[in-house]
Amino acid sequence: MLRIHKAPIVAGVLFILLFPWVTGRFPAIEHYPDLMVFAGIYCLITIGLSLLMGYAGQISLGHAAFYGIGAYASGILTTHFGINPWLCMLIGAVVATLVAVAVGAPSLRLRGHYLAMATLAFGIIVNIVFREEMEWTGGPDGMGGIPGLALFGYPLESVNQYYYLVWAIVAAAFFFTIRLIQSPTGRALRAIHVSEPAAGAMGVDISRYKVMVFAYSALLASLAGSLYAHYMMFINPSTFDTFFSIKLIIMMALGGAHSIWGAVVGAVLFAFLSFEWLHHFGELEILVYGSVLLLVTVFMPEGLAGIPAKILRRGRR
Amino acid sequence: METITFTTQLLQFTVTGLTVGAIYAMVAIGFNIIYNVTEIINLAQGEFVMLGGLIMVFIHVSLGLPMILAFIVTVFVVTLSGILLDRLAIKPIRQPSVMTLIIATIAASIVIKGTAMLIWGKSPYDLPAFSGRTPIELGGVVLQPQYLWVIGFLVVVAIGLTLFFNRTILGKAMSACADNPDAARLVGINVQQMVLLSFALSAAIGAIAGMTLTPIALMDYDRGAMLAIKGFGAAILGGLGSFPGAILGGLMIGLIESWGAGLLLSGYKDAYALVILLLVLFARPSGILGNLEVTKFKRF
Repeated sequence: MLRIHKAPIVAGVLFILLFPWVTGRFPAIEHYPDLMVFAGIYCLITIGLSLLMGYAGQISLGHAAFYGIGAYASGILTTHFGINPWLCMLIGAVVATLVAVAVGAPSLRLRGHYLAMATLAFGIIVNIVFREEMEWTGGPDGMGGIPGLALFGYPLESVNQYYYLVWAIVAAAFFFTIRLIQSPTGRALRAIHVSEPAAGAMGVDISRYKVMVFAYSALLASLAGSLYAHYMMFINPSTFDTFFSIKLIIMMALGGAHSIWGAVVGAVLFAFLSFEWLHHFGELEILVYGSVLLLVTVFMPEGLAGIPAKILRRGRR
Repeated sequence: METITFTTQLLQFTVTGLTVGAIYAMVAIGFNIIYNVTEIINLAQGEFVMLGGLIMVFIHVSLGLPMILAFIVTVFVVTLSGILLDRLAIKPIRQPSVMTLIIATIAASIVIKGTAMLIWGKSPYDLPAFSGRTPIELGGVVLQPQYLWVIGFLVVVAIGLTLFFNRTILGKAMSACADNPDAARLVGINVQQMVLLSFALSAAIGAIAGMTLTPIALMDYDRGAMLAIKGFGAAILGGLGSFPGAILGGLMIGLIESWGAGLLLSGYKDAYALVILLLVLFARPSGILGNLEVTKFKRF
């Protein structure tokens, strides 16, 4: 897992660059870049989560909270105080990181199910705050009038401009995370995943690394939230509820939690499933979600990212 | 005219809090039964409660079966769903880890919820109270007769389980699986069967919780998740695996919720108990009655 193959990266970058141009030729799918903006936003979160879940082996059922903190930081600071959106994004990321350290330091001492409960509880509490602090957040109805983003004085107007911005940020996060995985930090994280006592015995400061990764994943989720707020120009609390945290887990399971590629594939696939393909099922949608998740967990525990390895293994035989 | 004093108000909140708490305690007991045998947290536990309520409504109200018969049939049907859950979602997993098992039970809960929505739609259903709805007044505090049923059933379940685990061979075999599955297998206990039994048993208890809750709070397809979260919280608060802990945790969460909603801001009702839960966990990572030494031996 240390070696990162170049070919899929080149293919991925080409795919992202050409995607709007190709889909623009076909009226039936010309709205796909819009979906890909959401897919990119999800990717940012799942890349952080794959480091947390796949490499550090810690579960989080509350990441929707950090996504929400970014979105509401952007929403509140721009509409109430008129602060520049980019600065809001930065402030949101700092706040999310600090909250993650404050919550993570005591939480990550907890193991297995206790940690799952702590993150779950945290996510629910934050969502209730979004709902109840009407003066600031607009309550359950949400808040509108959030300004869009501008780059070098030019406001971003088209979907494609947001598409390239979001995916540029995803690419940056992707490569930074890969560097992180290959660094001594990444090695320490995998050691923690395999065995905490052994890692500790080798001198790895377990809790420091865990909190660091938790904070990093919170920072990415917060950036994603800010991007969402400025793209949609409207936010409401139900976007950031526990069911979204569960959806993030579905993305991780679909793609495969043990690989950063899995995080990307899972997020993109999920965006298309939920916004485009599963709509045909109407009321049955929720049932399809559940069944897909169940089938993947039972029959494909390594997710889609596990398939190439399986094929390679079979080929060698 | 009698004025409502602060004390009677507080007592009123205490009574309702203990009632809801008893439901959470039953859900928490369900969590613990499965956890003790398998170390799995079954996040679909709340769906058993929802199914219990809705199936009881169907059999008693729609089909018109008498209450006691409907009660028994409902427990039976929900128990079957627990068995199906183990056979279809848990047993087929080949490489279990905390993460895959949690995801599997979440997936199962979504499937159960979706199925319930297809069958019953989205509207809430009412069930006649077990012994009427004439409130009992006790020193200014209003008591619904159903409250007594809820608390009574918690007591029955607690006593029944204590006898089961301490006095019967089957119960002792299940406890053995909890302590050490390999050793249990060596002395000839069929661990697979015990796992199945644990799912059946906690589904049955979930069904009882659902049937007793519905006359108080109605029931709809979407209630399972929140009940599971509260019950999981109660189990964690008391210490995973501990039955007295589950009852203590459940009643505490019910009380904190009721007091918080009544005396402070009601919008934050669901947050109070969770904040306390987080604080307790940070101070005592194994819950109130949990044992840190024991948790170290657990795989998850």
